[in-house]
Amino acid sequence: MRAKTLVEKIWDEHVVDQNDADLLYIDLHLLHEVTSPQAFEGLRMSGRKLRRPDLTIATADHDVPTEDVSLALQDDIGARQLQLQIANCREFGVELHPMGSAGQGIVHVIGPEMGLTQPGMTIVCGDSHTATHGAFGAIAFGIGTSQVEHVMATQTLRMAKPRTMAVTVDGRLRPDTTAKDLVLSIIGAIGIGGGTGTLIEYRGECIRALSMAGRMTVCNMAIEAGARSGLIAPDETTLAYLEGRPRVPKGDQWARAVGYWQTLCTDQDAVFDVEAVLDASSVGPQATWGTNPGQTVNIEGKVPDPLALSEPAERAAAQRALEYMGLEPGTAMKDIPISTVFIGSCTNGRLEDLRAAAEVVRGRRVASTVRALVVPGSMRVKRQAEQEGLDEVFHSAGFEWRLPGCSMCIGMNGDVVMPGTHSASTSNRNFEGRQGVGARTHLVSPESAAATAIMGHLAAAADLT
Amino acid sequence: MQAVLSVTGRAIPLDRPNIDTDQIIPAVWMKKIERVGFADGLFQKWRRDPAFILNQPERRGASILIAGPNFGCGSSREHAVWALRDYGFRAIIAPSFADIHRNNLPNNGLVPVVSSPVVVEALMAASAADATAEIVIDVVRRVVSCEQAGVHEAEFFLDDAAHHRLINGLDLIDMTLLLDRQISNHEAHRPDWLPSCDGVVHLSPTAG
Repeated sequence: MRAKTLVEKIWDEHVVDQNDADLLYIDLHLLHEVTSPQAFEGLRMSGRKLRRPDLTIATADHDVPTEDVSLALQDDIGARQLQLQIANCREFGVELHPMGSAGQGIVHVIGPEMGLTQPGMTIVCGDSHTATHGAFGAIAFGIGTSQVEHVMATQTLRMAKPRTMAVTVDGRLRPDTTAKDLVLSIIGAIGIGGGTGTLIEYRGECIRALSMAGRMTVCNMAIEAGARSGLIAPDETTLAYLEGRPRVPKGDQWARAVGYWQTLCTDQDAVFDVEAVLDASSVGPQATWGTNPGQTVNIEGKVPDPLALSEPAERAAAQRALEYMGLEPGTAMKDIPISTVFIGSCTNGRLEDLRAAAEVVRGRRVASTVRALVVPGSMRVKRQAEQEGLDEVFHSAGFEWRLPGCSMCIGMNGDVVMPGTHSASTSNRNFEGRQGVGARTHLVSPESAAATAIMGHLAAAADLT
Repeated sequence: MQAVLSVTGRAIPLDRPNIDTDQIIPAVWMKKIERVGFADGLFQKWRRDPAFILNQPERRGASILIAGPNFGCGSSREHAVWALRDYGFRAIIAPSFADIHRNNLPNNGLVPVVSSPVVVEALMAASAADATAEIVIDVVRRVVSCEQAGVHEAEFFLDDAAHHRLINGLDLIDMTLLLDRQISNHEAHRPDWLPSCDGVVHLSPTAG
């Protein structure tokens, strides 16, 4: 039996047929309102059944308003999409947590919190950040709408087996540095195309030390390094998170599941197609300066000079980015004024993220030049945060406390950053126009976003003491 | 689905790396529930500039897009492919594609042509210099040619599964449903502890 990587072990367990590419069985299919309508329609028009409604779950997240759910009715096109989702789920017998319901939230937040995301599973969704679920030792990746229809009809996907990449992070994170800073550093190091064609397994002491929320943040952004997905082998931290959760096995089933999950690790002699090694202790709080997540720098640092880049395409891209961002080379990152702060998204919208941000702002006030909002990742997160009084901490500081949704990460619901202004966002993409036409996004950790809101310019939490 | 044996046409050279799907189609277009009608959303932001290449009259009718590396990175939105298709593109030539986008293209009958950087550079230059330059993509043999670029039957990468489907015009779901017995067999042997969903539309605000 040859040595296998974790990815190969899980993959091989799910192969139904091999022909040009593997036919992979899908253990869980997540749906949201934006990438499923055409798939349901295709199913209906071809007269096919949804094969496994019991392995399918839906929520509304991309399009939902976060201020007041009745606002959805004002946007005809958006409202139609949300109504259609309810009708489709009723017709095909799919579990749905729509806007306004207790279990609603960002699809990659509700899966894990419900205990649906478990080690060794194959999980897909019409959304690239499906990679988030890889934190549990699952193969989880984003797919297009045609593939969503294929999974609905067959509960399988025809996929070429991905190559494997090991990203090993040695050492420990500094006390002032978070999982978000780490993953930005990783993308900066390997490049936004560095992981293309691969599935990244994150390994090493630093990764082991991360909480589940931290692991989800790191896996979430594997896609920004060009990888199909990222995953982390399950361990005691994973088991502690899972045990007792609603849809997690109990009793005898738990014991057998754990027995299997303990085999889910890369064999000693297994070979990866690509390898990268980083040292965690060299990473500090990060902020992106450009228009892709790889264009990142230490918050203590300066906007880089494109002329210092030797590769012509890279230099041209950096020049273009600085032009869009309205930034001069050599500007201190901490001199960049920020007028919008967004804390939320599938990257950093969990309770742990909100707690961390709340600690930074407790007893302080948001700068008068800043509009700051906190969008909890799910209704469950929102309720738990309110039980802990976090909403009051944010409210007293001058933050808006919103309802759950993707919100300002993608700006589909009207939560946008104004043209030509700079935002500090705990989301995952700073592409041109991502958060609004002409929006200038700086990706940061929740702690840094909180500190930035107080200071009115890019800042790390340490700057407040 | 119609078989795609070859794509022959004039090209649009877009010599930029890392063109993400937010540039190809802004997120607001994802509110549409139909699969068609996305042409106006294609590179919508860039097209606001009158000087942008798609706005040049001599470029009208081009059916091939030539782009830089990592084309289609970012969001998985298949709407990006629908916009390319509705606008009139039938093939994209690039040194590399983001995985999800590369998979989305053939599912809509468009050909992702992964060519060597040298070939892409030659095609890009020829097309930039001459809007009438014609490129011939032989999907069956997986070679690309362009007289003006001095490129003659240069091999390109197209994965076997996509190749098979495109040249035979096969519906992927029909193909997979032929394996219903094998799928059922796998289902019968899945571990019993795996989680399941309840099939209920949870409209009320009580905990669920």
